[in-house]
Amino acid sequence: MRNLKTFIQDFGWPRIIIFLFLVSLFVFAPAVGVRLDASISDVFNRFGQYAILVLALVPMIQSGCGLNFGLALGIIAGLLGSTLSLQLELRGFMGFFGAIALSAPFSILLGYLYGKLLNKVKGEEMTIAMYVGFSFVMLMCIMWLVLPYSNPTMVWGYAGKGLRTTITVEGYWLKILNDFLAIKVGRFFVFPTGLLLFVGFCAFCMWVFLRSKTGTAMTAVGSNPDFARASGVSADKMRTISVVISTFLGAIGIIVYQQSFGFVQLYTAPTPMVFPAIAAILIGGANINKASMVNVLVGTFLFQGLLTMTPSVINSVLQTDMSEVIRMIVSNGMILYALTRKMKVAK
Amino acid sequence: MSAKKSIGKFISDYAVLIIFTVITLAAISPSGLSISYIIQEVITRLGRNSFLVLALLLPIFAGMGLNFGMTLGAMAGQIGLIFAVNWSVAGWQGLVFAVLIGLPISVFLGWICGAVMNKAKGREMVTGYILAFFINGIYQFFVLYMMGSVIPIRNAAILLSRGYGIRNTLNLESVRQSLDNIFMLKVGPFLVPVITFVIIALLCVFIVWFKRTKLGQDMRAVGQDMVVADAAGIPVEKTRIIAIIISTVLACVGQIIFLQNMGNLATYNAHDQTGFFAVAAILVGGASVKRASIANVFIGVVLLHAMFIVSPLAGQRLFGSAMIGEYFRQFIGYGAIALSLVLYAWKSRKAADDARSGLRHGASGNGNGAGGQA
Repeated sequence: MRNLKTFIQDFGWPRIIIFLFLVSLFVFAPAVGVRLDASISDVFNRFGQYAILVLALVPMIQSGCGLNFGLALGIIAGLLGSTLSLQLELRGFMGFFGAIALSAPFSILLGYLYGKLLNKVKGEEMTIAMYVGFSFVMLMCIMWLVLPYSNPTMVWGYAGKGLRTTITVEGYWLKILNDFLAIKVGRFFVFPTGLLLFVGFCAFCMWVFLRSKTGTAMTAVGSNPDFARASGVSADKMRTISVVISTFLGAIGIIVYQQSFGFVQLYTAPTPMVFPAIAAILIGGANINKASMVNVLVGTFLFQGLLTMTPSVINSVLQTDMSEVIRMIVSNGMILYALTRKMKVAK
Repeated sequence: MSAKKSIGKFISDYAVLIIFTVITLAAISPSGLSISYIIQEVITRLGRNSFLVLALLLPIFAGMGLNFGMTLGAMAGQIGLIFAVNWSVAGWQGLVFAVLIGLPISVFLGWICGAVMNKAKGREMVTGYILAFFINGIYQFFVLYMMGSVIPIRNAAILLSRGYGIRNTLNLESVRQSLDNIFMLKVGPFLVPVITFVIIALLCVFIVWFKRTKLGQDMRAVGQDMVVADAAGIPVEKTRIIAIIISTVLACVGQIIFLQNMGNLATYNAHDQTGFFAVAAILVGGASVKRASIANVFIGVVLLHAMFIVSPLAGQRLFGSAMIGEYFRQFIGYGAIALSLVLYAWKSRKAADDARSGLRHGASGNGNGAGGQA
């Protein structure tokens, strides 16, 4: 009994409710005529789409920078990479990895500057990160209009300049990871092996990194800055490194998302990508200053499962689309829950 | 040395304000708008927005930063207006009716907001921001699913065709500019909505008076230092909640004034930008997270909106694209918020560092610590 109580306390009521809700959705799905195999396939797919964006939050949480509300910067670096890859007409794996490689310089530069900025404003990172992200997204909106891209599939047809709001990656690297070694069972079930392998690979790299010398130092800076300073670790340097890694992972994350989703979304699209990622890692059990691989994987699975299952199941039951409202309440409620919990280490 | 320092301090204190003034002045001539048109627009927007921006003041006094949770009040006001239209209460009476409906809702929401922020001390701003999103979900649930199905709506014209849920755009014809038009004074070529400005002036008087009351003094003490205030016997948490409740109620009234001037209500996203515009305005006016005055509000509203008026057209003339002007004005709005938050956080950290090093070097006490290294 006591064990159960501490378990519930550690795990947190919101997570238990979400977990039970998701399980009940799966149980009721067949009863209301929703195909279970198609749903599960969808959940895997969306899990893979979002997992790396969620993973991108880990380094900054570990180094004590809090939730990366400025993930939009990483996403924009990724957008620059993928649009350049399309501009150069790179195809297949060349196109996909080309996009990642092309995004690297941007993410390193942006991440470095962003990290320097966050070092100057310790304690206020989250609010500032949010507004730095917003204003940068707006600045890039202007850039997408004026940058000299010329590939006809990317620019507005009638003007011949300015990028489209959504650009298809079909014919370039559509579903390049999803279809790699994909396992098809029946008409509706596809297991996206390549996608999940890539996610697993990234998560493994992060796991190894967090156990390396730099990774340990980074965690130390986050959990006990004074101790870290006493052992000769430069807090500012570690924080900057964590921001750069987070930004680069954000870039990779959005490129992985695009190859599965099929479109590059520009202009104001990066902003609404950030909050679901944050909600996911929090649902997985992370808090503002501690996150693990398990939190990432469990959280993404639960949150994306919820997003996939609620529209189909709830809509069949109630005959209305309440998924948007549920998504809004669950994801923001989760962030709110995390923000209002007592922090173990106060700065 | 000292003059140079004070100029530097002036620039860093008012960086956002200075940048804004320069950009706006520079954009006036390429926009091709006449000065009298711009002035008329600014007068209209002063009447429309000032009340909302004034709602931000009390939480800043109480040290809770910029109250992004004011959106909650805006939503309460919108619910009030929906009912005013539903019961076809027209004219300024309709606005009073909307306020009466919105009042209890905004008090309740303000109490929730204050209680949540008390659990997230030091992170009030980001918490308020997310709370606004969260309550937005609940607002949508009520307005889109409950109204017309569980909550009775008499006026079928405001319902979606499926029979429940309020239409995406609500025509506020019955209350449109009913407050502004009670007494519209013509000053030279300009129309001035006198009653709206009288109400705004009354609110300013209220704020000035409130700052001098016991509660107002307590609030400022809490804003200075929560620990000291607590030791002095001030109920810190309660005072903070009251600050937020008043702010939320004011935001509710402010949103009603805003919408009666606009004349229609985008049911599901009219409140999305409320916090953003209000916060951007007060920061542009020279306020910071910890320090704000009534003057900041009016300077900010004038500057921000003057720029909003000229920038789309200036963008079109200069770059041949209205979209660039539109993105530019949003970039400037968000950028202004980001910049002033950064400047503030950077300065307060520097002050803390200086104080620390002053403490370390000078045994003469920490009285002049802050100036020790600067």
